[in-house]
Amino acid sequence: MADKVIIAEKLTKRFGDFTAVDAISFEVNRGEIFGFLGANGAGKTTAMRMLSGLSMPTSGKATVAGFDVYRENEKIKRNIGYMSQKFSLYEDLTVRENIRFYAGIYGKSSSFIREKTNSVLQELHLTGEADKLVRSLPLGWKQKLAFSVAIFHEPRLVFLDEPTGGVDPVTRREFWNLIYEAAASGITVFVTTHYMDEAEYCNRVSIMVDGRIDALDTPGGLKRSFNAVSMDEVFLKLARKAVRTAD
Amino acid sequence: MKQFLSFVKKEFHHIFRDVRTMFILLAMPVAQIIIFGFALTNEVKNSKIAVWDQSVDAATASLVSELEASRYFELEQAIHTPGEIETIFKKGEVKLVVIFPPHFNEDLQHFNKAQVQLIADASDPNVANTLTNYASAIILDYQNRITQNRKMPYTITTEMRMLYNPELKGAYNFVPGVMAMVLLLVCTMMTAITIVREKEMGTMEVMLVSPMKPFRIVLAKAVPYLLLSSVNIASILLLSKYVLDVPINGSLLLLIGESFLFTLVSLALGLLISSGAESQQTAMFISLVGMFLPTVMLSGFMFPVENMPLPLRTVSNIVPAKWYYIIVKSVMIKGTGLHTVWKETLVLAGMLVFFLGLAMRNFKIRLA
Repeated sequence: MADKVIIAEKLTKRFGDFTAVDAISFEVNRGEIFGFLGANGAGKTTAMRMLSGLSMPTSGKATVAGFDVYRENEKIKRNIGYMSQKFSLYEDLTVRENIRFYAGIYGKSSSFIREKTNSVLQELHLTGEADKLVRSLPLGWKQKLAFSVAIFHEPRLVFLDEPTGGVDPVTRREFWNLIYEAAASGITVFVTTHYMDEAEYCNRVSIMVDGRIDALDTPGGLKRSFNAVSMDEVFLKLARKAVRTAD
Repeated sequence: MKQFLSFVKKEFHHIFRDVRTMFILLAMPVAQIIIFGFALTNEVKNSKIAVWDQSVDAATASLVSELEASRYFELEQAIHTPGEIETIFKKGEVKLVVIFPPHFNEDLQHFNKAQVQLIADASDPNVANTLTNYASAIILDYQNRITQNRKMPYTITTEMRMLYNPELKGAYNFVPGVMAMVLLLVCTMMTAITIVREKEMGTMEVMLVSPMKPFRIVLAKAVPYLLLSSVNIASILLLSKYVLDVPINGSLLLLIGESFLFTLVSLALGLLISSGAESQQTAMFISLVGMFLPTVMLSGFMFPVENMPLPLRTVSNIVPAKWYYIIVKSVMIKGTGLHTVWKETLVLAGMLVFFLGLAMRNFKIRLA
């Protein structure tokens, strides 16, 4: 189905005797904001690496943006964006150079890069800072810039790995506005987070415990079925069952 | 290709914006060649000597003037008591004291036998050794000249000729060594550090998720260092020819070609280190201890490999700089061609293939 951006069926990754990801199955729809939660060591990162074509699954099936993770990971790479908690910008390059570099490695044409750079800079109110080194920007701006860079090449899906780590609540709220805009424009957002208030912003949330997906629903649905008042409570009820300790 | 170029461009931005990197890349080679060429030579020139002449006659006078006439020695002072010997050595300026006993000329004339004592400051044994050798040579020379006049039936003279480096210039030895060191420093250490930095910053992850092939990424990072190395090769060769007067006796083209080969080996080593190291410190440590130290110690540039015990001699064979050092010495100083260094060249080429293959394999494993 064209509207499913991610389809995972019994996706598994084993490292020797250790099963990092244990037969997870889920689907993510186009334009959805999908929260991928779990304690440290629950297997979130491994799952994300398999879906982004960095790591081969041991067994199971998955397609990302309609491409098979085993055979077509080069095509997957063209259609996804990625941002990690480290923001991944070069501090010693200017804002414009960072954008040009990342757009360049996706093979975008110069005219596309030029036009889109201007509109992105305007959107972020960074036009005046375009030729300043990223080093001189405040953390919140770097983070927003990193997100814009991650979706600059107009991917169908963007992976955000704890994108708001270490950022203050106001900036986090602003950052989520950018995520909503991206989702509204049709980009699917796959996000991991440790902040339970952010889980509330997602359309649907999955919670991983010990390599398995133990719960998957809308935030409202999860709260109802776990008889909890907040996502925090849902998470604690589930995470307490974990046998594995954080890595 | 466009991806590749935008990558290389970005890499140059990194280099040109970091003063420290620029310094290591471009200023250090020049500084090293000048320091090694001028300051750290093991030649002895104009060493200060003191003379205690208890005889003061025609023979001692001409010996002293011969010593002084040579460019190795400079008469600092005359002394008159044994106590002064200790005092001037303690002061440290005088490295050698020449003592003529009383009746030197008389002994020489009547008994055909006279004694000179040379006392050297052996706190630096190499210098002491060199100085006493020079001084004895000058004295022997003098002795031979006067015995010739007296029709002695047999006179054995030892004649020495220093091939390729008649003046025993230290620079002849240091230039090839410094070339190996600089190329290794720039290519191995800087490349390893810059790649590991991307891992540390998390930018490597983003690039791995991009459509760019992993090995292309590291190759693109290596290209600027390759280009800068060519600048270094050129500046070292120019400096050594025009400032240190080291001739380039062999083919310049061959020399540059071999240097390029060695640069590639160093780059491959840098890639290999970066594929294993997780932090910049680790990368630097491995480069310094694993590459730099063996290059200085085992390449033959500081200490002759032939004099090492067998285990060290065996280990020295896996140090790429050893082979490069042999090549540069042969081509640059002795002026020989490829026909004498093809074996060393082959060894370097083999190392290149081996290290590059290993690095490529490591990068692939990381992704599985």
